Amino acid sequence: MTSHDATHRESAAAVSAENALGGEHYLNHGRGLWSWLTTLDHKRIGIMYLVSILAAFLLGGVFALLLRTELLTPQQTIMKADTYNQMFTLHGAVMIFLFIIPGIPAALGNFVLPLMLGAKDVAFPRLNLASYYLWVSGALFALISMITGAVDTGWTFYTPYSTTTSTSVIAMVFGAFVLGFSSIFTGLNFVVTIHKMRPPAMTWFKMPLFLWGLYGTAIIQILATPVLGITLLLIIAERALGVGIFDPALGGDPVLFQHFFWFYSHPAVYIMILPAMGVISELMATFSRKRIFGYAAIAGSSIAIAVISFLVWGHHMFVSGQSNLAGMIFSFLTFLVAIPSAIKVFNWIATMYKGSVWLATPMLYALSFLFLFGIGGLTGLFLGALATDVHLHDTYFVVAHFHYVMFGGTVMGFLGGLHYWWPKMFGRMYSERWGRIAALLIFVGFNVTFFAQFVMGSQGMPRRYYNYLPEFTTYHVISTLGSYLLAAGLLIVLIYLIHSLTKGQPAPANPWGAATAEWQTPSPPPHDNFLRDPVVDDPYDLERWRWDAELAGYRLEGAAARPAGAV
Amino acid sequence: MSHTPPHGEAHDPHLAHHFPDATTQFEAGKLGMWIFLATEILLFGGLFCAYAVYRANHPEIFMYAHQFLDKVLGGINTAVLIISSLTMAWAVRAAQLGHQRALTRLLAATIAMGFVFLGIKYVEYEHKWKEGLLPGTHFNYPLPEVPAAAPPVAADPAPVGVPAGDASTIAPAARGPAGLADPAAARPPAPPVVPRNVQIFFGIYFTMTGLHGLHVIAGMITLMWILRRARRGEFGPRYFTPVDLAGLYWHLVDLIWIYLFPLLYLIH
Amino acid sequence: MGPSWIQGGGGGGFWLPPAASTGAGPVDTLFYFILAISVIFFALIVGLMILFVVRYRRRAGRDPERSPAHNTPLEITWSVIPLAIVIGIFAWGFKVFMDLATPPANAYEVQVTAQKWSWLYTYPNGHVENVLHVPGDRPVKLVMTSEDVIHSFFVPAFRVKRDVVPGRYSTLWFAALEPGEYQVYCTEYCGTGHSDMLSKVVVHPPGGFEKWLEDASNILNTLPPAEAGERLYRTRGCVQCHSMDGAAGIGPTFRGLVGTRRAMRGGALVIADENYIRESILEPQAQVVAGFEPVMPTYKGRLKDEEITALIAFMKSLKGENGGGQ
Repeated sequence: MTSHDATHRESAAAVSAENALGGEHYLNHGRGLWSWLTTLDHKRIGIMYLVSILAAFLLGGVFALLLRTELLTPQQTIMKADTYNQMFTLHGAVMIFLFIIPGIPAALGNFVLPLMLGAKDVAFPRLNLASYYLWVSGALFALISMITGAVDTGWTFYTPYSTTTSTSVIAMVFGAFVLGFSSIFTGLNFVVTIHKMRPPAMTWFKMPLFLWGLYGTAIIQILATPVLGITLLLIIAERALGVGIFDPALGGDPVLFQHFFWFYSHPAVYIMILPAMGVISELMATFSRKRIFGYAAIAGSSIAIAVISFLVWGHHMFVSGQSNLAGMIFSFLTFLVAIPSAIKVFNWIATMYKGSVWLATPMLYALSFLFLFGIGGLTGLFLGALATDVHLHDTYFVVAHFHYVMFGGTVMGFLGGLHYWWPKMFGRMYSERWGRIAALLIFVGFNVTFFAQFVMGSQGMPRRYYNYLPEFTTYHVISTLGSYLLAAGLLIVLIYLIHSLTKGQPAPANPWGAATAEWQTPSPPPHDNFLRDPVVDDPYDLERWRWDAELAGYRLEGAAARPAGAV
Repeated sequence: MSHTPPHGEAHDPHLAHHFPDATTQFEAGKLGMWIFLATEILLFGGLFCAYAVYRANHPEIFMYAHQFLDKVLGGINTAVLIISSLTMAWAVRAAQLGHQRALTRLLAATIAMGFVFLGIKYVEYEHKWKEGLLPGTHFNYPLPEVPAAAPPVAADPAPVGVPAGDASTIAPAARGPAGLADPAAARPPAPPVVPRNVQIFFGIYFTMTGLHGLHVIAGMITLMWILRRARRGEFGPRYFTPVDLAGLYWHLVDLIWIYLFPLLYLIH
Repeated sequence: MGPSWIQGGGGGGFWLPPAASTGAGPVDTLFYFILAISVIFFALIVGLMILFVVRYRRRAGRDPERSPAHNTPLEITWSVIPLAIVIGIFAWGFKVFMDLATPPANAYEVQVTAQKWSWLYTYPNGHVENVLHVPGDRPVKLVMTSEDVIHSFFVPAFRVKRDVVPGRYSTLWFAALEPGEYQVYCTEYCGTGHSDMLSKVVVHPPGGFEKWLEDASNILNTLPPAEAGERLYRTRGCVQCHSMDGAAGIGPTFRGLVGTRRAMRGGALVIADENYIRESILEPQAQVVAGFEPVMPTYKGRLKDEEITALIAFMKSLKGENGGGQ
């Protein structure tokens, strides 16, 4: 670096060591739409992903509200059967492929990963931008499908229904195929970044746990998604070319499809949860002001989950006609994969022991996670056991279970992470009061919506049902009213976050007192990530950071007070 | 790492600003390409799995239908790809040593062999198309009926030297009077029983070779781009990463074919 | 909630419908065991969480006490105990599952055919209808296949379920505890009428089933043709798509149909006489009424000639306004 650059950096440092809003940062480095659309900056790519996946969440959420409204009465309420079938299919497909799977890695991980490593970017910035455009392309194909007849197969596309229905399956399936590659390339990028771009001091067991979560996720993205890719291509081949691989009339096997599909889609649910668990690890440590308990166990359990997740896909198929031996093996392995998750939960609780617990909004989401993921995980026991699964398979019990782990787990983790890194991303604090109100609304609304579904499921209410028998009406009404409450909570989050972009308190560099590297750069960070090389050492050495009331944030022990004239 | 790279490399046009040094960048590229190859193996893995399942459940379909494939053409294609891998590896070596002419020639040779491969595949596919040996609902090859009894004894071919038009139309005598024929005499072998759902084999065949063919095309496009850059002198001992990585991809495409060929063409 | 700890016969409760088969009791026992374990661990997790949040909440000027960041004996304990519990649950679940999956030798066998969107049961004497009648004093085994896409046969009261797949047979068995009627659902999504693909299991008291079967097999002899035809209409998969009251469903209504002129897809005009009706039953794709989709399955081989005659007689008896006739 030239001496000119060094001088420039020093003065810039004086002005914006904490908050860069008055000066240059990544958001205003390069102006205009084109500079965003062609950016190679991982932070900007992360923000573009954030906006895009939140739009997808909104769309998928609208579908959910519509279908829950239809279910207010046992017969037709606001739509016909075919429309309802498309509604639940699109809700699932949009939420899973466009929101949850990319979710935390693409929107939060892209932003945070290089910063946590003290690096300037991910290993392959152009591939990163390509991943984003693949997401956009996949979304476009999904939209094309929606306006040319939509899909009514369920997000699981079981054959022979999916290969014979007259709805716009090929466009949606091709969209999912393209999204798969977005996911693969993100995973590839993260693995190489973590392997090759850690600072010398950061050995594997000194990595922040969020990175272990991203790493485990990336392994699964790389190894599982291609199998989804080939499965989707085979659906297209069967529909477009009559290849007949899943058609019993032509010698094919429809159950083989299920094996291929779930070989990806089970590991996929761990793509969804592992990053959220990584976020929770960071939140529990920071907001207990204490080193995370059982670091090695949490790191190791991420890898164990990633590995074992490939071996349990048949638990979606216990009544499909697979052999009893296969059922036995899959059931056994399913119970094994539960243990690493349980270990994490115990370690997180132990982290709070003798800590100093701060109930800021991110922590409220972390605690919600413990509660809701606890229920979701425990209800998995009913489904992993062969005998009870026979009764519960394809009922609302399953719907409730996966919403508790995906929404109560992943989305809570996502919201917690979003509220945690928001000040870093945008240099603004949001309203803590509204944050808490919304978190409470979401928690209550979620439980009202989905707990009733456990009970109606075990009472026999099947899933994907447009009409239902009158005896289930009360459960459905409760669930629908809960969904409106939940939607209100989420809407409030959207409002105060957007409001904070222009009206929020300027945020210091480290509002929460965390010890990972991203907090050692101003909020928002400069284009090149750091003004001076961060001290990348023990990610949970929280004692080094001290509260500074004037700053309304944390400062490194021994660091000088702000120079006069600084922001 | 955001530390300042060493002075010399700071001006290296190939060093991306986010990597601390060229070695790390090269290693990252290599790791990335190996991971990508792993995803390709898993992509084809699904098809290999489908092959295994169908062959295990219906070996008779595979025994019967693979005879429609031309082993010779398949064998030639195998040799072509293996040789193209050799020229590719040699091209990488040439790039490392800075032998520009050898590099461009070897890249061109690799691409040319890709064309040969595709040409032979076209010939094979065209034959299948004309014969109706297609997957699923499009299959309309006239399969022989399962015969009820042994076929009549085949007439001996006309003796050599007799002009075609002069060949007698009287069938030669049967080998021994009916009823007294030596039971130990060679009977014509029973024709193979024609299994149901022969089109399944062709579903597998076309999806596997088709997906592979698409990858060959993608590889060739990549190599053409590399060739263009090579002709502009972009590669040498200091920077040959794209050639190296494209080579890895091409070797994988070859490797997949080396598995496809025996599994589809050489079933016994 | 009343846990049904007794094998066989329970009043149901908050979570589960009453147990109505010999197989249901053991499933319920396992269910409640898992529920108990879940409640215990959940209470532990949430209880400790709340305790720590309150006890160790942030207080100004107070730093957290030093405490170790790992504790090997504790970590091993909380890994091994849950592992042992889940392995136990697995083994228990597997054992009960094997009982659910193994039909006894003396089971009464009924064939089940699933199609979009109705269930048809073929009894050993050849009688076919869409309600599953079974003897109450023996186990019953179902041999099932699908005509089109994957369906799934589910009787919550018996705790049994099995996918019904085209191109292969799957089996399911149960032994009912009490005579009565039990709900059957299709529980693998199969299209527009998936949630209407309902059926019932009617369990007869001893002796009742044989009598019922005899009567039901003979409706053509014991009932006038139009009434027999109506019985067939209701039990052979017609009623799901064709109404008798004038409302258009997935197929045209039968009211006022016979003798009218109808427009077909493709423009032809056809009189809906006996021959047309017969053709529509045996070759439904040959002429499809305009405004409807070609989704009707064929009944060739599934309806006898006398049955078709009875159906036509029934349709003729449905006089009145027809939406599309001329």
